[in-house]
Formats: sequence, C-alpha cells, structure tokens
Amino acid sequence: MLQDNHSSSPSMGAAIPASVLITPCCDRCTHSPATPCRHLVECLDHGPICHTDDLCRTRRADRLATARRGGVGTLIFVGAGTCGRANGALKIISKIKEFLTEKAIAATLVETGCVGYCQREVFVDVQAPGQPRLSYCDVSPDNVAELLDAIFVQGQWVNPFLFGRYPDEATSGWEQVPLVADAPFFKQQRKVVLEQCGVIDPTSLDAALARGAFQAAAKALLTMTPEETCAQVLASGLRGRGGAGFPTGRKWQVALSTPSAQKYVICNADEGDPGAFMDRAVLESDPFRLLEGLLVAGYAIGASRGYIYCRAEYPLAIQRLQEAIAQCHQVGLLGENILDSVFSFDVTIKQGAGAFVCGEETAILASIEGGRGMPRVRPPYPAVSGLHGKPTVLNNVETLANIAPILTRGAPWFAGLGVNGAAGTKVFALSGTIRNTGLVEVPVGVPMRQIIFDIGGGALPGHEIKAVQIGGPSGGCIPTPYMDIAVDYGSLQTLGAMMGSGGLVVMDERSCMVDVARFFMEFIRNESCGKCTPCREGTTRMFEILDEITTKPVGDELRRLERFRGILKLEELAETVKETSLCGLGQSAANPVLSTLRFFRHEYEAHILENRCPAGACTGLRTYRIETALCIGCTLCKKACPQNAILGDRKQAHYIVADRCIGCGACQTVCRQDAVLVAL
Amino acid sequence: MRSVEEILTAWGDRSPESLIPLLQQVQEAQGYVPRAAMTRLAAALGMPVARVYGVATFYNQFRFTAPGEHIIEICRGTACHVRGSAALLDHLRRRLKVDAEGNSRDGRFTLITVACLGACSLAPVIRLDGEFYGGLTIEKLDQLLDAVEQQPRRAATAAVSPVAAPPAATCQCEHQRG
Repeated sequence: MLQDNHSSSPSMGAAIPASVLITPCCDRCTHSPATPCRHLVECLDHGPICHTDDLCRTRRADRLATARRGGVGTLIFVGAGTCGRANGALKIISKIKEFLTEKAIAATLVETGCVGYCQREVFVDVQAPGQPRLSYCDVSPDNVAELLDAIFVQGQWVNPFLFGRYPDEATSGWEQVPLVADAPFFKQQRKVVLEQCGVIDPTSLDAALARGAFQAAAKALLTMTPEETCAQVLASGLRGRGGAGFPTGRKWQVALSTPSAQKYVICNADEGDPGAFMDRAVLESDPFRLLEGLLVAGYAIGASRGYIYCRAEYPLAIQRLQEAIAQCHQVGLLGENILDSVFSFDVTIKQGAGAFVCGEETAILASIEGGRGMPRVRPPYPAVSGLHGKPTVLNNVETLANIAPILTRGAPWFAGLGVNGAAGTKVFALSGTIRNTGLVEVPVGVPMRQIIFDIGGGALPGHEIKAVQIGGPSGGCIPTPYMDIAVDYGSLQTLGAMMGSGGLVVMDERSCMVDVARFFMEFIRNESCGKCTPCREGTTRMFEILDEITTKPVGDELRRLERFRGILKLEELAETVKETSLCGLGQSAANPVLSTLRFFRHEYEAHILENRCPAGACTGLRTYRIETALCIGCTLCKKACPQNAILGDRKQAHYIVADRCIGCGACQTVCRQDAVLVAL
Repeated sequence: MRSVEEILTAWGDRSPESLIPLLQQVQEAQGYVPRAAMTRLAAALGMPVARVYGVATFYNQFRFTAPGEHIIEICRGTACHVRGSAALLDHLRRRLKVDAEGNSRDGRFTLITVACLGACSLAPVIRLDGEFYGGLTIEKLDQLLDAVEQQPRRAATAAVSPVAAPPAATCQCEHQRG
C-alpha cells in the first residue's frame, strides 16, 4: 500500500485499467499525455470535434453509453465501501462469482462505493439489458444465495430484498417499483457531493467521465482566468466544510494575490473527528470528483502541486485515490500541460499518522514537512505563508467535492440551494442510537428535526432521544427541546454548538451527558499536542475533575470535598482554556463541557450531590449487589474483585462491601449464575 | 519482509519530508518501529535521532514493541462510545489480560484503541487484522476471538528482522503511557 506515495506518477504494481473513452476513435484523434488536446473532455460528449465522421461519432456515442451504464450485458453492482465490507460485501462478491460460474450466467460484477444508507448495507444492484437498474438491500453473505436464486433462477425481480429502481429513460413498465430517490431516507435529501457515491465504479475513470467528471476542470482551464474561477467560488457562498466555515473563495483569492513562484493546494482528508465519516465515503466512492476539485483549486491560485493528506486509518480510501491519480496521469488529466493549457498539476498522497490535531491547518503543514504536527500562531495564514513558506490553500474533502458542480451549474444555483440565504448542501454522518444510520446530505439551514426524525427515523424502538451531539469534540450537545434549530453556521453557535465537520451522534436516555463530556475530554487530553499550556494542562485538569465526578468517592472524606470543589472550578477552567489556547483544538476543547453544563446541569448535580448517574451509564457510580438466592458461592467474583470488596466463604452466598466497591463490574462479568446485579 | 536498508534503497528522497513515510514503511514491513531502525533513518536523513524519535512518538500510529500475532483495533469514537464500546474495551482488557493497550500475555493479540475508525454507522466496531466487524456485543466479540484462538499459532519468528532489536531493547524512555 505504501509503495509509492511520494510521487503520484503511475508506477504502481497493479496494472492501471486503460480508459476506453479516451482511446482515439481513429488516426485523426491525436490526444496523448505528451500531445494533449484541448477538446479532450468536450469531445467525450459531442465528439469528434476535430473531424467529421459519422462512424467515429457513433463509436464515441456507443462507448459513452456503455460507460454511463457501467458495462455491457447484465451488471451486478455491489456496494463495497468500508461499511459495505464490514457487512460482508467481499464475501458476497465471492459468493456471487461462485453462483454465476455454477449456473453459467454471464454477468459483470462492479464494485461501487457507499450509497449512504449504511443501516441497510449491503446494497446489491442488478441491471439486466432492457431493464432499469434495480437496487436490493439488506443483503448479507448468508442470504445472498436466496436473492440470486430469486432473480436468476425464478425470475422474480420484485422480491423482499428490492429497495427501489434507478431512473432509466430507455426502459418502461417498471413504474410500480418506487425510485431509490423516493425512499423515505433519500426523499428529503439533496444530493450534490454524494450524487455519484454508490452509483459509479470508483475505480473507473470512464464511469466518472461518462457522468460529467472533469467538465468543470475543462471549463475553468479553457474558458476562465484564475481570477474568474476564484470569483465564481466566492459568489457561490461556499464555506469550508471542515468545521471553521471560512469562505473558500476568499481563501483562494488571498493565495492567488500573494506572488510566489511555487504555491501548493492541500486537501485535508485527515478526518479525525470521531463520529464523522463523510470524507471517507467521498474518497472511497467518488475519488475523481475530489481530484477535479483539487485541480481547479490549483489552477485558481496558480499552484502546480497538490497534496492529499489522508488518514492512514482509511486504507481503502488511499487505495482508491492512488488508482484514480494513476488513471488521470495515464490519460493526461494530471501532469504537464493539462488539456493543452500552460497549467501543469501533480498530486501527492500523504498518509497521516494518527493525530487529531493534524486537522488544524498549520499542524498539517508541519506534518507534511516531516515534523511533529503542532500548530503555530496565525497570522501569517497558510494562504500567505504555508507549506515550505509558500502560499498554500487547505481545503477539506467535502469543500473540494463541491467545486465541480459550482462551476458546471453556476454560482447562483449553488447559492440558492440552502435555506434562508445559506449556500449549498452539507453532508452529515448520522450515527448513535437512531433508527437509520448513514450519510445524509441536506441543504444548509434545514431544521435539525428534519434530519433526525424525518430522515433518520427517530429513536430506536422503546427509547427516547435525549440529545444530538454535533461537531465532534469541538461541538456541543443539542437537547431534544431545541430540535427546531436551523442547521447552519450561525444558528448552531447560539446554542454553543458548531457545524464542525458534520458528525451527528444521537443519544438516548441510556447515555449520560457527564460521561459524554468526560469521554470528549479524555479524547482531547490525549490529542492535545502539548505546545500551549492552557490546552495541555487545562484539558488534563478538566478531565480529572470529570473523572472524579463520574466515580464513587470511596472512603476518604477529602475526596468527597474535592468533587464539590472541582465542579466549581470546571466552568472557570473551561472559559480560560477557550480564551487562551493557541489553535482551534484548544479553543473549542471546552465546548462539550460548557454545552452539557448549560443544558444538563441537573445530571451533573445528581452525580455530585447524590453520587448517582441517572442514566446508569457511569460504571464508576454503579453499585452492585449479589442476589443471595442465586449465588452458589463459587468464589469467582471474590477472586476477580480488584478491591477485595467481596466477602463470603466457599459454597456460601457472597456479599459486596459497598464502601470498598469501585463499581468496575468485574464481578458481574465473571459470574456464571447472573447473581451480580446493578443496585439502582 | 523488507529490511530498513531495502526500504531506504527504494525510497530515493532524503528530504525531511520523507521521515513520516519512511517510518510508516518500516512499521508496515516489520510490524513496529524498532529502535535500531530509528537510528538508521536518522543517519540516512541527516537529522538527530532525537528528532526521529520525537516525530515517531508524536503520532498514534507508531508502535515501539513488536505486536502480537493478531491486532485488534477497537474504535473509541463517539458513536461507538454511545453504543457501548467502553464495555467491550473493558471486556477485552480482562480477557486478554492487558492493562491499557499492548500485547496479551500469550503474545497472540495486540490491543490498540483507535480514536475513530470511520465506520460509525455500524457502531460499536473493531478492526481485527485489518477487517472490520460491526454491531458487536460482548458475546459476538467472544465468538470472534474464540474462532481466532482456535486457529493454529503462527511460527514464533514474529516480527524480528536483522536490524530489528528484540522488544526488550526498544527505547527504554518510551513513556509508560497509561
């Protein structure tokens, strides 16, 4: 996997699939990476342009139609992104292969990425000649045989697995099958960034080209000046989707106006926010769209070199990117004089090594330069002095994935997508205790209620949603009564939350908000780079205070006192860390504490005053008891107890000394009689 | 297994920018970053060993002791936490007899906690030897580990290469992080 991530030149071990679409239609087509043709992209749709030949025209149109469909004959698409794979997509693929060989059925298997509805993974789509593409869900390695049998043996295309169909003008008679886009989960979504995710083959440049990839790049390179490109992005109102929400066009303009012989663009794909996985989905499912956005960004600011800083935890994303870059090089969409312009561009993948702080832009720079990923004071901003001291633009994956649609469909279209003057759409990663998990793309500014209840389907059966955590460790918790808040950059801040990168973790009554605050503080404490004191020391102290509150004060009177004093200091400490930290990580570190204190103060009070966790989630506050009628005196619990808090003789019922018990639950785990119970 | 020398030969660039990719390749090849490899990289890149060590210990990805046969990465992201990954982690620690992170006593497993694996919709998730397993409960996890334990043990040569120092000789100063 690591073979060559320094240079992106196509030197990978595996053969790069050749692009059929870009193969010359006859001798008169002269395009090659060495002799690039400016009409390359335009020619795909309306070609040939340089000569008139009906045969060439038909040949090109046929190739395009095949590429758009995904291949010829019967096609079987399997959603094999990371979440698909976790649900057994690779096993399903090998089972389908076995089935096809056994029954001697001719069909082509195509691996796609993630369609976004992770809850119903694995998705298997089948498209037979003369039929629309039909999507089947909830497929697993155990039931795939059943699905294949229904379709290919019994001819039952409409069966319990059927999820919907994709629109297809060439076929008719399938109107009774609902469209995929009309399913309750998708109906209220507005897909721009995720448009092709899960639909196209992410390993095929042709599949992307057939659906309009690189048209925006061609438009920018051939018809627009860098100034116009920046102005267009600024006019669209696109704001950084990584968390800070800075206007992308303005960032580009600053970098463009800073004179320098060498500039850089960097795609921040170090999606470290726990609870966020939209960037992974884009990287795995539609890598060409990201490359196109990066290319346009490079052109707009005058950079010839791009970096993609991707987490090493996403091996599949890195593989997809490597394949995509190699294919673009092969046909001249990356490299020297792209589309016969003076613009040359090369992309290098840098693997992150696991540091949350490397999501901060100056920390990324330090990391790419080979050092410890520690942020530095801004200004100068990277757009003025960034990588190796050169002007550098850093954009998040989702931001760059928005660039192509903005250029092809126009800035006013994008600016009008949102609600109440907000621009564009935002992808949210919906997870936690909610019915439908997955990726949701909605116009910026829709009410939270719509995302959680209409699309997400609300709470799990028998439970009640208590709060939604938005923005990861830098964000806050929004309690249920505030669900009508508009999800845009400004409104969320009034509740002490932030948009962040778009992780939405839903919590029900089983989650304890103090425990959640403690969880985030532990994360931030571990991830603080240690450069500035407020963050390094402050987060550690805040964690200690929260840890103290969520464990039982055993024995010592002093500890009881400390718990009271701690909570008094917590709020003050949080404000200090917020105001005095160097970078965004520290400045937002206190948000989870401040927001839970604001909305769930009663839970803190129960922990401190009553030594009780109302949700029963804080293991440190649990009290266990042994049901004497069930205990057989096997002494297992007594041996397992780290505190020697369990007394009792062999073959006699045991009991727990409450004062010594720290609530670790070790006894409950080892008990074979289920005699250890949580005392409420 | 590629040795550090082979990695250095294949990687022409000697700029400081190469440090992290080289460390990653060493770990990929040998399972961890041995002390000797850090010294060798420092010499090759013309930088103090302290700098190499400083960078290597800054990032969560790098390990400094040889891993066990099977690597369990448990996701501690928010969604996994809400869906009970803390209990899974406690269980794994008890079952494998590991204090916080590291190798089980029999050397079969290495337990690593990861901030987020990015498969939040399937929480709680672990990655066992690179493969994801989602929607876990303690029972499912036990079944999974039982199945792995029943596999024959791999040869005991594990991850020791000519340049690799035995685990005991790795940096003594590697802090005993809790």
